[in-house]
Amino acid sequence: MEASGQAAGQAVALPRERARAGEPWAARVGRAVARGPLNILLAVLAVMWLVPTLGLLLTSLLPATAITQQGWWNVVAHPSLATWENYRAIFANSAITSALWTTVQIAVFNTVLLVVVASLAGYAFAWLDFRGRDWLFVGVIALLVVPLQVALIPIFTIYQDTGLFDTVLGLVLFHVAFGLPFGIFLMRNFFIGIPRDIMESARIDGASEWRIFTRLILPLGLPAIASLAIFQFLWTWNDLIVALTFGRNTQPLTVAIFSQTRQFGSNIELIAPASFLSLAIPLVVFLAFQRFFVQGLLAGSVK
Amino acid sequence: MAVVAFDAVSKVYPDGTRAVSSMDLEVGDQEFVVLVGPSGCGKTTALRMVAGLEQISEGRLRIGERVVNDVPPRDRDIAMVFQSYALYPHLSVYENIAFGLRLKKVPKDEIDRRVRQAAHVLDLEPWLKRKPRNLSGGQRQRVAMGRAIVREPAAFLMDEPLSNLDAKLRVAMRAEIARLQSELGVTTIYVTHDQVEAMTMGDRVAVMRRGVLQQVAPPQELYDRPVNVFVGGFIGSPAMNLLQGRLEDANGSGLTLRLGEQALALDRALLDARPALRGWVGRELIAGIRPEDLHDAALERDAPQDRRLRVDVQLREALGSEVIVHARIAAPPAATEQIEELTEDLGVRTLDAGSGGEAGAAETAIVGRLSPHSSVREGEAAEVAVDTRQLHFFDPETGLGIYDDTPDGRTDL
Ligand SMILES: Nc1ncnc2c1ncn2[C@@H]1O[C@H](COP(=O)(O)OP(=O)(O)OP(=O)(O)O)[C@@H](O)[C@H]1O
Ligand SMILES: [Mg+2]
Repeated sequence: MEASGQAAGQAVALPRERARAGEPWAARVGRAVARGPLNILLAVLAVMWLVPTLGLLLTSLLPATAITQQGWWNVVAHPSLATWENYRAIFANSAITSALWTTVQIAVFNTVLLVVVASLAGYAFAWLDFRGRDWLFVGVIALLVVPLQVALIPIFTIYQDTGLFDTVLGLVLFHVAFGLPFGIFLMRNFFIGIPRDIMESARIDGASEWRIFTRLILPLGLPAIASLAIFQFLWTWNDLIVALTFGRNTQPLTVAIFSQTRQFGSNIELIAPASFLSLAIPLVVFLAFQRFFVQGLLAGSVK
Repeated sequence: MAVVAFDAVSKVYPDGTRAVSSMDLEVGDQEFVVLVGPSGCGKTTALRMVAGLEQISEGRLRIGERVVNDVPPRDRDIAMVFQSYALYPHLSVYENIAFGLRLKKVPKDEIDRRVRQAAHVLDLEPWLKRKPRNLSGGQRQRVAMGRAIVREPAAFLMDEPLSNLDAKLRVAMRAEIARLQSELGVTTIYVTHDQVEAMTMGDRVAVMRRGVLQQVAPPQELYDRPVNVFVGGFIGSPAMNLLQGRLEDANGSGLTLRLGEQALALDRALLDARPALRGWVGRELIAGIRPEDLHDAALERDAPQDRRLRVDVQLREALGSEVIVHARIAAPPAATEQIEELTEDLGVRTLDAGSGGEAGAAETAIVGRLSPHSSVREGEAAEVAVDTRQLHFFDPETGLGIYDDTPDGRTDL
């Protein structure tokens, strides 16, 4: 039973945490050393990711002239150089703000749509009996291996014929379509781990399939749903290739920034803050949902 | 409140497993019927068909006046308590109990009244706000009960609801459920493995074997007049001792049962109760002796010589109120398919059931429930007195009990 499993898990976890708190320093250091290689690897990775990110942040705070002459590390020594001027400038730049708005629309709509469709389909694959269910599911899994790139040209043609080209809707639909195989797979595998008794009990208590879905499956599936939402949000927020292919005037932030890079010279004072913005927003989203996200990753492995 | 009636109901799973065969059973209004049987005999399947969780392959199932074969679970007006309790982990105790009522759109204050009433009856009041994971096993069990009783359904279905509790709680909840059921007067079908539950809780007990209903009767009748060797061996703990015997005419002064080299004189009352036995003179049959019908002969000096058996004591378990003695007797064991199945289900039922089953083996393990004053000792021979009014006899071919003078000695219960 799930509830008892959770309780048992807690019963095991609690004494261990308590022991750790009262542990002498030597023991903690000892364990850190024992896990040394892993910790070092993690530290190296963290530095590798953090340094450029920090560099980007500092660059975005420098006046354009200072960037080219001095490099971002000088700000550390001369904090007075920093200015919000670049950020003020990009928020005044209508190309950037409208691109940001486009990105938000694409990322939010496609994530919501994907989560809704994938969880409905996942429930059906996990708990409804219908003919050909298993074969259909095999089909879904097979779609996991289709690379996005092979679909760009044919779908480009379809979009031109149907008028979806260069629309937010077109981009949203494309992202949902390519997110679905993984989304359905994830949801189905999570839902199938929910004990059958619970659903049968609800059915006897008088719940329709829809009620079971909304009152039991969705709340119990929250960790998986949050994971999927975050994956999809990050993926589509950072997408460049799909947006480049299917948009001309419908430009998300990634495309807008991309079009600012030039071969000679640069308008780094625009690119740096825009890039940092584009990076910070999903980071905030991630941190907000992180709690569910981690649970979601563990959910499958415990049971 | 309603009658639940199985009319030749069968269940064949898609893989071809015939889990329930042509089951006929009518559970009366307000009656408490317990379904028992060895693992895999189809108890859960039968219950799930009543709940509507399993399609009925053949036959008709009635709840009240309705044939419900094609009625979905939510419209059957039944409540079920699962072995796993199946509580909704994200809802508080209160919401768990209220769940069914909310779905039925019962008015809020009525829900509140009923939930509090149920919580009061089940001693759950202090925990209404807790989540199931923060409850003990016994409390979870009671939440599951609460969820069933607030619904005020036509019937309760319970599938081994107490099997996850420890022994003490189980005894307490057993009484609790029996009390609740009789107070509420709701028709109940209760599945269990535990024969004490079966014997103490049910108005009637239905014994199943391999998907076939063997006997449905009040507990005492099941114990006194098992229809066949399977029921005889299944009901009772420790289980009935089953020996291969031969009925002989003792020169007109009555019948004797020969067990190996030894013989027991049958009581006249026994012959009156089982007239069909006379037809078995000179034939092999299966004799069943319940452990409680064996007594330490040393404590019953007036027990006549022809009502005693010599045994070799192997193990003595003193339980305080009684002494369980495992011994060997020089007589062949009874071996039929039904008996093998009993042995499989219960694991090691007797001290050494394995070697007893070999062909030609002339020794059988038997178990006796003796008085705590008994002084029999392990590794020594002892004499046990047998209450020969209480012996059981079965046809070795069919396994059927030998009672009245009907064809094949079959009894009309
Ligand atoms: N979904 C299923 N598909 C195929 N066979 C099944 C299915 N469920 C149960 N069975 C089989 O049907 C038979 C009866 O099973 P059931 O669960 O009703 O037994 P039970 O009497 O409840 O046993 P237990 O006491 O172990 O719970 C068993 O042989 C079992 O293997
Ligand atoms: Mg079962």
